Amino acid sequence: MKTKGNIAISESGFLFDPTTGESFTFNPVGLEIFNYLKEEKSLGEITEIMTEKYDIDANNFERYYYDFTSMLNQYHLLENE
Amino acid sequence: MKMSKIDITIGITGLNNTDNPGPGVPVIRGIKESEVFNPRIIGLAYENLEPGVYMEGLLDKTYLIPYPSEGTEVFLERIEYVHSKEKFDLIIPNFDAELFTFMKAAEKLSSLGIHTFLPTLEQYEERNKSNLPEYGRKYGLSVPESIDITSHSDILKFDKDKDFDYPLMVKGKFYDAHIAYNEEQITSNFNKISAKWGLPVILQEFVKGTEVNVVALGDGKGNTIGAVAMRKQYITDKGKAWGGITIDDPKLIEITHKIMRETKWRGGMELELIRTNSNEYYIIEINPRIPAWVYLAVGAGQNLPEALIKLAMGMEIEPYTEYKKGIMFVRYSYDIICDLKKFETLSINGEL
Repeated sequence: MKTKGNIAISESGFLFDPTTGESFTFNPVGLEIFNYLKEEKSLGEITEIMTEKYDIDANNFERYYYDFTSMLNQYHLLENE
Repeated sequence: MKMSKIDITIGITGLNNTDNPGPGVPVIRGIKESEVFNPRIIGLAYENLEPGVYMEGLLDKTYLIPYPSEGTEVFLERIEYVHSKEKFDLIIPNFDAELFTFMKAAEKLSSLGIHTFLPTLEQYEERNKSNLPEYGRKYGLSVPESIDITSHSDILKFDKDKDFDYPLMVKGKFYDAHIAYNEEQITSNFNKISAKWGLPVILQEFVKGTEVNVVALGDGKGNTIGAVAMRKQYITDKGKAWGGITIDDPKLIEITHKIMRETKWRGGMELELIRTNSNEYYIIEINPRIPAWVYLAVGAGQNLPEALIKLAMGMEIEPYTEYKKGIMFVRYSYDIICDLKKFETLSINGEL
């Protein structure tokens, strides 16, 4: 999964998509995952980091992850592969 | 060595900065920021309460002019009178409804030494809302279907199975657009719009998606001198942008270049398009003038009002190819405390 190339995201979690003019706000966890996606980390890698860092197991994390990425997809923030 | 600025006297209409704002004030703001011109701005107002007239530091002089609907002769007489006092180099008309008169009078104005930079009558007519589907077919652009309504009996002839389905847009020939979900709503909008803007009223197929706009300037030879794309972020009940942001949409700019190239458009233009979820673009309107949000283009690096003056005055011009993306504007309303004397002078003498 890859984030769209031209979008700008600030440290505060404010994202601007220059193609559509839409802006979005991420909470800190959303921002963290988004940045991992930007770095082109795999689901396995992200799951490992998140389960180590936070009190969540892999199954539950993946559920939230797919929920989150389907929302990113819906707002056209991911590249079509 | 710094070049001295060129003195220029410019007549400008569209000073109605109301909730349906004219482009006059933002055009003037762009011109005043010019590095090339030292402008003397003559406001041409249709009403004595147009807010631009009362804004400090905006106009050097104001004259009331008659509505073009009062007849071309009366209108031109007044322009000639103002010209005899002010010696215009150039007039920039900013209303759709007055453009026809200015275009027809362009030669006469030119013989008086007044420059304009307007589309030809043919260019103006073919992008009319009524002619838009034909325009789309001619230039290979996607345009929603539409039909003209000139009477109540035309509404009865509209067939949702044969023409296009509800919801649809009911539009005035110059301004106004309302959505209609059934025949009753078409009728009530037809009555309202035709009373205000005359006939025909246009029924246009509704296209679902996000509205995106472009302000552009064509040199009349097929070149795009500038183009800035924007998405409205905040829309008033009149459909006007109260906030907007420049966007990076190469396809939108490509469509603009294609239109400029193929129609050899001369002057300012506003394109209104719908971008569907599947990234298709439908042109819903082409306005034959600079829009009221043009100051966003100036803020994003393209001073299109200044460029329009250069074109009108036959000066050399380098096309803009870039603009800053993610630049926003937010409009505001503001109460100006006015001296009654100003209102009195304009009302009694027709000039201020």
